[in-house]
Amino acid sequence: MPEFTPNIGAFVSIQKSDLQRVLEALKQAGFTLIGPTVDESAIVYGEIDGIDDLPIGWTDRQEPASYRIVRRQDEAFFGYTVGPHSWKKFLFPPKQRLFRVEKKNGSFQVVDEEEPAPRFAFIGVRGCELQAIHIQDRVFLGGPYQDPNYKARRQQVFVLAVNCTEPGGTCFCASLGTGPQVGSGFDIALTELDDTFIVEVGSEVGATMMRNVPWRPTSAFELQQAREALATAVKAMGRQLDTSDLPDLLYNNLEHERWNQVAARCLSCANCTMVCPTCFCNDVLEVSDLKGEQFERVRVWDSCFSIEFSHVHGGNIRPHTRARYRQWLTHKFASWIDQFGILGCVGCGRCITWCPVGIDVTEEIDAIRGEV
Amino acid sequence: MKRKIKPDVKSKPKLAVFKFTSCDGCQLSLLDAEDLLLDIADAVEIAYFVEARDRRLPGPYDVTLVEGSVSTPEHIEQIREIREESKFLIAIGACATAGGIQALRNWRNVDEFINIVYAHPEYIDTLETSTPISEFVRVDFELRGCPISKYQLLDVITALLIGRQPRTPTYSVCIECKRRGTPCVMVSRGIACLGPVTQAGCNAICPSVNRGCFGCYGPMEAPNTDSLGQRLEALGLAPAEIVRLYRNFSGYAEAFRLASDAYEEKIA
Repeated sequence: MPEFTPNIGAFVSIQKSDLQRVLEALKQAGFTLIGPTVDESAIVYGEIDGIDDLPIGWTDRQEPASYRIVRRQDEAFFGYTVGPHSWKKFLFPPKQRLFRVEKKNGSFQVVDEEEPAPRFAFIGVRGCELQAIHIQDRVFLGGPYQDPNYKARRQQVFVLAVNCTEPGGTCFCASLGTGPQVGSGFDIALTELDDTFIVEVGSEVGATMMRNVPWRPTSAFELQQAREALATAVKAMGRQLDTSDLPDLLYNNLEHERWNQVAARCLSCANCTMVCPTCFCNDVLEVSDLKGEQFERVRVWDSCFSIEFSHVHGGNIRPHTRARYRQWLTHKFASWIDQFGILGCVGCGRCITWCPVGIDVTEEIDAIRGEV
Repeated sequence: MKRKIKPDVKSKPKLAVFKFTSCDGCQLSLLDAEDLLLDIADAVEIAYFVEARDRRLPGPYDVTLVEGSVSTPEHIEQIREIREESKFLIAIGACATAGGIQALRNWRNVDEFINIVYAHPEYIDTLETSTPISEFVRVDFELRGCPISKYQLLDVITALLIGRQPRTPTYSVCIECKRRGTPCVMVSRGIACLGPVTQAGCNAICPSVNRGCFGCYGPMEAPNTDSLGQRLEALGLAPAEIVRLYRNFSGYAEAFRLASDAYEEKIA
């Protein structure tokens, strides 16, 4: 083992079991490890202690409205596709207290949060998911008004990314250029081979976490294997999407008959927006105790599919499912570009898999184009 | 609803709890408020609440909670009297808001049941149907569920005392299910679930223990029972099973009633 730490941009190879040393280093540095783990019927993201908690030897089968975990023939660490959870639940929690107010001696006092923001190390972030985090960065941190709650969590995150060699039946990240290879913004990126992880060091902190890990230079043969695995993954995606005519395709078809057809299927249950790693709509609630002495302002996930969400003075601007579905799809694939300068979709396929009736955004866009 | 119930005089608002055809489970949510029960007792005068004490103070009542469905001729008279005595009437639970599980009789001949079940049918004086409170009197607010959520009950009482809107979302159970991170039981296990067409409020309890939602909170704001029904068929449910699924604790609520009727016609 060379005595120096690998440089930023270096590719080195480690034994798979030595990933544990990286995780130990992260824990030593005060990070809470968040990673994939098997929870009965799905691979979810939660707090993990080490590599034993990873879904080693598990994969999943996904298609519209269906997800099943199954055993693999091998003992791959990251041999699954993204599941029902996304990292947004840690950066933008489903329910979060923004601040507290107390009534004391007849006046109201704002009480600052005592708890410091948690320091998360995300283990196993895919290319599509890293792009989703970048998109939410634009939403919450772009422009003159930054969200302090998101920022406090986001700026401390350590990202251990994993190149995806296991795309699923509803994936189409290759169409959007967000994967299967991870883009920028990671601290460490892994590529999983049979017995080895190829480690790409992406930051100083990433290099530091590699300090006590035995490594050797990655061979040309291993790099070739990694390239081939990614090339195979591109071809194995279950879905694809032509984005060349977006956003105008949707803007020019706001009265297309297809919106009626999809509205007949859509449950307006909001599952697509809940599982979407970029959807950020939320509601802010003022909560008080019975005596009117303790108050909290709480932020919860909301959805453009709930009726109250589009209720404004005098009525509802999107009273029907047709209008709400159209709002969601056109925001994600058209007006998001106007709003944030980027597409709102990363091609992870969660909205297709977790829609209880299997509505497929790629099929809907193709249909509007006249290709179905 | 945005009404403050604190009376102008310095006396505390009076709260009364009445019940009709029901199991008492919903009003027990009040006792289940545990440490907050003392705060409630502090904030309101509990004028009538049989589960807690015998005393009944005379009306009028500022807030009246009504549990249970209307199922006898006597009930109709009683609920009209209670309405007269109540400033703000809240129907609580699946029975009071949808007729309850006993509304299953609305699809059958009640006389047949009476003859089969009772040794002396002549003593039984009942209506043909079991229906919600709102069929007979104006209801100011409804809390759904079998049973109701004590958190929603506390929120409504707090909202009334403070004079703000209660927080009783009308969107689907799925939103609460996803917020708590439960992998969808229908997608990941193939379990039939009414969550997508059912109103939130329970914090998605059933899916969190690997069971499908059975719709006790009744239809959500825009229930697409046709589309879900097609998915349930694709999962292998026979029309008779879909009828039973929709025709449950809140089965007599309009959207579920119509869905179950449509599937009943499909039974060969």
